[in-house]
Formats: sequence, C-alpha cells, structure tokens
Amino acid sequence: MSKIKSLDELRKIKEAAKASTDLRTTGENPDRVVLMVGMATCGIAAGARAAMSALLDEISKRNLQNVSVVATGCVGLCYAEPLVEVRVPGRDPIRYGHVNDARAREIIDKHIVQGILLDNAIIGREVPKGE
Amino acid sequence: MNNLRMHILVCGGTGCVSSDSKAVHGRFVAELAKHKMDKEVQVVTTGCFGFCEQGPIVKIYPDNIFYTKVAPADVELIVKEHVVKGRVVEKLLYHDPEKGTSEAEHRHIPFYKSQMRIALRNCGIIDPEKIDDYISVDGYAALGKALESMTPDLVVEEIKRSGLRGRGGAGFPTGLKWDAAKKAAGAKKYVVCNADEGDPGAFMDRSVLEGDPHSVLEAMAICGYAIGADEGVIYIRAEYPLAVERLRIAIAQAEEYGLLGGNILGSDFSFHIRINLGAGAFVCGEETALLNSIQGSRGEPRTRPPFPAQKGLWLAPTNNNNVETYANICPIILKGADWYSSIGTEKSKGTKVFALAGKINNVGLVEVPMGTTIREIVYGIGGGIRGDKKFKALQTGGPSGGCISNENLDLPVEYESLASVGSMMGSGGMIILDEDDCMVNIAKFYLEFTVDESCGKCTPCRIGNRRMHEILERITQGNGTMADLDELKDLGEIIKDCSLCGLGQTAPNPVLSTLRYFYDEYEAHVKEKKCPAGACKNLLKYRVLPEKCIGCTLCARNCPVSCIEGERKKAHVIDSEKCIKCGVCYSKCPVKAIVRD
Ligand SMILES: Cc1cc2nc3c(=O)[nH]c(=O)nc-3n(C[C@H](O)[C@H](O)[C@H](O)COP(=O)(O)O)c2cc1C
Repeated sequence: MSKIKSLDELRKIKEAAKASTDLRTTGENPDRVVLMVGMATCGIAAGARAAMSALLDEISKRNLQNVSVVATGCVGLCYAEPLVEVRVPGRDPIRYGHVNDARAREIIDKHIVQGILLDNAIIGREVPKGE
Repeated sequence: MNNLRMHILVCGGTGCVSSDSKAVHGRFVAELAKHKMDKEVQVVTTGCFGFCEQGPIVKIYPDNIFYTKVAPADVELIVKEHVVKGRVVEKLLYHDPEKGTSEAEHRHIPFYKSQMRIALRNCGIIDPEKIDDYISVDGYAALGKALESMTPDLVVEEIKRSGLRGRGGAGFPTGLKWDAAKKAAGAKKYVVCNADEGDPGAFMDRSVLEGDPHSVLEAMAICGYAIGADEGVIYIRAEYPLAVERLRIAIAQAEEYGLLGGNILGSDFSFHIRINLGAGAFVCGEETALLNSIQGSRGEPRTRPPFPAQKGLWLAPTNNNNVETYANICPIILKGADWYSSIGTEKSKGTKVFALAGKINNVGLVEVPMGTTIREIVYGIGGGIRGDKKFKALQTGGPSGGCISNENLDLPVEYESLASVGSMMGSGGMIILDEDDCMVNIAKFYLEFTVDESCGKCTPCRIGNRRMHEILERITQGNGTMADLDELKDLGEIIKDCSLCGLGQTAPNPVLSTLRYFYDEYEAHVKEKKCPAGACKNLLKYRVLPEKCIGCTLCARNCPVSCIEGERKKAHVIDSEKCIKCGVCYSKCPVKAIVRD
C-alpha cells in the first residue's frame, strides 16, 4: 500500500474497490435489473456456467451499474437450458433459451443496454399481466 | 469462471462469533474449495447485522438472501443447493412467527422494516478489516471533502445545523461542543472518543467499532481538523477485545494509506490516533473521570467548569464524543446538514441505535429515526414480549435512567419526551421487563450497580446511595415501612441535587421512576409483605392445596432441602421454616396443587 496523496487518488482507489462491494450494494437495491441464470443440474450440463461467465464479463467490461446476475434453480424447461431470465422492475420478465457465450453477450448488448428484445431467442413468453 | 459472482457475508459480531460464526466461515471456505468455486464466490466477515436473536446470520449477494441461525453443519447444504444450484434453502430463512411465512429478503422481515441505518450504515455490508471495502462505500470521502473544500468553521457550522446531539447520554448539541473546543485558546488540542460503554445491557458502540471502525476514525480526524487538534485518543473498555483488535487493524491500515498520520491527503493537516484501554470502572465513562484515567490518575470526576473544551486532557482543550455520535459525522458532511435535520423530530434529529434486551422476542441492535414510538420498537421491531407474557415496563438509560410503564407506550423516543416521564435516552440500552419482574427488585439491582461503581469522591453518592440500597433491601425482605418510601424519595432528591458528577446525579433515577409509576408494588411489599411479581424470595410462601394434591411424591423427591413430607397418594405438606423458596416443587407438580403466595 502506498500513501494516498490527494482526493483524486482516493477516488481512484474507490473506483477500483467498488468492484468488490458493488455486488452487495446492487443486491440491496430493489430497483435493480436481475438476470436469473438456471443453474440446476440441467442448466449446468447444458453450459450455464459459460453463459453466466459471459454475462458477468460483459457487465464488468461495460461497467454496467445496477445489474445483478443471480443463479436460480430448474424451472422445468430443461430442453431449452441454459436459460436466462431478464427481470426489469415494472416489466414482464423475459426468458431466453439456449444461451451460449455469444447469446449471453448479445442479451447484455441488445436487451440491457439498448432495450431491444432478442425475439428469436425468447422462450415461453409469459402472458402480460392485465391483457 | 474468472469473475466473482457471489459474496457470502458471515456475521463477525461478538454475538454471532459466540454462537460459532467463525466455524461457519471456515466451513464455507472449505466447501467452496471442494466445489472449486473459491475463485468465483467470496466469503466475507462483516460486523453485526443487529438481529442477534437469529444469529449466526449469513447473507448472500447478489441474490440478497438472508439466512438465520446457520450452524457449521448447515454450510454444506447452502453451498450444494444455493451456491451451486441456485436454490434457496427454505429451512434456514427467517420464519415469521406471527404470519407463519418465511422471508428471504431482510427488508421484508418485521425486525428491519421500520429501521433506518445511518450510524450502522456499513455494519453487515463491509469487511471491517479491509480499508478498501470502507473506501468503496465512500469511506474517507468526507474527510477528503472537509480538507479540500471546507474551512474548519464551515465544518463546525454544518455539524451545528445538522442538529446532531450527543449519543453518550446527555444529548448535548455536538456542534456547540466542537465550537467551544475550536474557540478555546491553545496550541495543543485533543480529540477523545468515549468507547467505555458501561451501561449494563448496552452494546451499540461495540457493534459500531466491530463492524465499521473506520467510520469513527474518519470522524475523529474531521473533528481534529475542525477544532485544530492533531491527536486523538480512543478510550475503550478492555472487555471488548474484538473491537480493540479491529480498531488496531483499522488504524494501521489508515496510516499505511496516509489517511491518518502526517499531511493527510497531501494537505498540511496531520492527525494521529491511539487506543487507551479502559480501567474497568463504570465511572470512567464519565468524561472528566475518563480524562483522568487516560492521564494515569484515579478515575475520579473533576469539578466542572472548567469543561473539557477549555481544560481537558492534560489540561488542553479537548473534544470528547461518544462512538455513535462520531458514527453520524461522515454522512452529515457528505450529504449535508439539511438532509440530516430532515430526519427525526424538532429537537432530536437523526436516528438512534438501541440495544434491545430482556424479555423480548427479538434481542438485537436496532437503529430507528428519532420520534419512533416505544410501541413500534417493542412490538413492531422487537416482536413483542417473550412467551406471550404481559409487558410491564421498559428500562432505558441504564443505571441513570428509569422505567417507562404501559401508559407511555405511545411515547415518541426523543431526549425530551423520555426525560419528561422520568427516564432518559441514555446511551441506548433498552431492557424490556414483563409481569415476572418485580420493580422494587429492578430498582435495587440498578442501585446495587451504582453503589458498587461509585468512586467515593463525594459524600451524597458514596453514602446516600448506600443508605437507599439498604432501605430497598429492607423492603424486599418484607421489613419495610411506609416511612421508608418517603425516605427513599427525599434521599433520592438530595443525592441528585448534591452529587458531583452524573453518576450520583442520576443514580436515584431507577428508584424514583419506579416509585412514580409502580408505587402499588412498593406498597404491596410494605403493607401486605407480598411481591406481586413473585420475584422477592423472602416474601414468597409455597403451600400445597390438600384438595388438589394426588400424593405423587414428585415434589418431595425433587425438593433440594427435603422439606416436603407426605405419604404416597396422600396430600403433602411443605415445612415453610425449612423451605428455601427455590420453586422446584412449584414447577414440578403435575396437577398444579402447589401455590405461591
Ligand atoms: C457515570 C457516567 C458514565 C458514563 N458512561 C459513558 C459511556 O460509557 N459512554 C459514553 O459515551 N458516555 C458516557 N457518559 C457520558 C459522558 O460523560 C459524556 O457526556 C459523553 O461521552 C459525551 O459524548 P456525547 O456528547 O457524544 O454524548 C457517562 C456519564 C456518566 C455520568
């Protein structure tokens, strides 16, 4: 550890250190976007860990705030694993199937950053509430 | 997987540590290694989450799942199910005893619902032994802001405008104190932190120091900058080894980063902090006795004035604040006085941390906005009285405070309102008493404490309190008279008026407040020689109801002094001469044939 000589240097250390606590502060935020990755036996066998890695990697590369990647269990759609469900507060959840490395990165790029759904990858779209 | 995807936070507060949270931590590390997940999942030790009743607490991010009562043996399951497969382990969630449901996220648990965390903001979120964790949540940014863009006057002004008052008991406006120390003439000044926390049942300050030690160091440095001091001393009780250890680590880390020491953040401000272990006496928490103790003298209070702001440590101008007071400083500097003063009530701003203890379901540490009602704290957050017994009183302010009765349950918690009913805010201990607690006995307990802890320097405290204690002893033995009750009141008032320091000035409070609200209990002890709560052993009498007794001999066989006689299948008799009133027969009798009166 070397001495911090200015407020700017302190800010730099903060930015670097934030990566370690962001997971916690974002987890506390009820308005965060949550990406649920199916990590039961079926998901893992189909490559869910690679999908999750790609999501995490893309999020950290783009320095996205307020997005959590959470492992979840089997939802019964084992044929379409790896599954990634995108939950944006106030919107209906969207579930993508057969998510490999490339598709995971596309989800971040299109859905999360640009707000465009990946129509061809959506699985069993839930009936929107109240319609 | 190269990216960290999950954090497992394990509570490292004293409460959870004593229920084996260190072993829980160790098991997590071992299990994760076994699953080769040690690179993607991090295990973090944090400070107290507050919900000590349900400890050890484990919290998992980013899912934000709150596990309670986690034993080392549960860890394998959490890793196998939750970490590997993403399935929440239902049986370790918090179960709401009233609704019968379980809650995964802490903010839905009634205990946390009406809490607001300022002083405890980082407890249970950061690793107290990692300065980078603290920096990542704006740590040392307030000090940076003060040094870079605020004059000392502006800092004092901000604290004044925030309305922050001392959390150590007396509630003196913090800004005014800083102002006085700032204006006092002297080249050498000191900043002192009072971490003596002597009130029985209180553990607010300990939790802040264990969970977020840097927040206190940073605030002391800000205070040093504001009043013109270059040296700080933390006076902490030796009975807090974990807090001392974490403070030591924190000071060393801050020095390495140059956030304490010479020329902080490249400015010309220098500030050093050292730790002074307490001498183990309650009176050393009184600030002038504390200063004497740091100087190596007897822990006896000084006559005031002069106040510490003028002549404090080594007779130099000194600012002393309580741990929790300091824990509020950085958020005020960062978010502003207007933000802070928007929380709370007209005269009591911000939040207050309370340690809930006694006959309450959720023993633990809570932080609520000033003005929250006692009912909300006891029944909402605290989950009500243990075992569905009846609430009798709430003791606040420790040995200096008093008891608040049923009729004042809707009182908002503020300095003035608590004082108006004969109690006080004190440092934040809240002990809940139920129908089994005898108020005379409770008053005696606290007085016994102050009699023991009186330093003996002034007569009213040294002798007066002892006389009061003797009277209470008489009453609980069944030898009191009605004149004794008047005598208690008179003596109490005199001791309050004539004592030298806060210890004596407040020692009679537990007696006076119980006399005020529970006079009938005193009367019952004196006139009827009865203890309504059944707590004063000397006034109890156990007897067998012959018509109910089935002669099972259970009582006789269990009596430790063999004072129960009777033939099988015939009514038994207790020899009250020999009876030691232990109550074993009373609890053993299968047909409730033994009564206590
Ligand atoms: C007998 C006695 C014991 C005290 N014990 C403590 C203590 O343990 N911790 C504390 O902060 N203040 C204690 N005080 C209050 C201190 O004298 C002082 O008011 C306080 O530390 C000032 O800090 P504050 O303005 O931040 O509250 C005690 C006072 C008395 C009379």
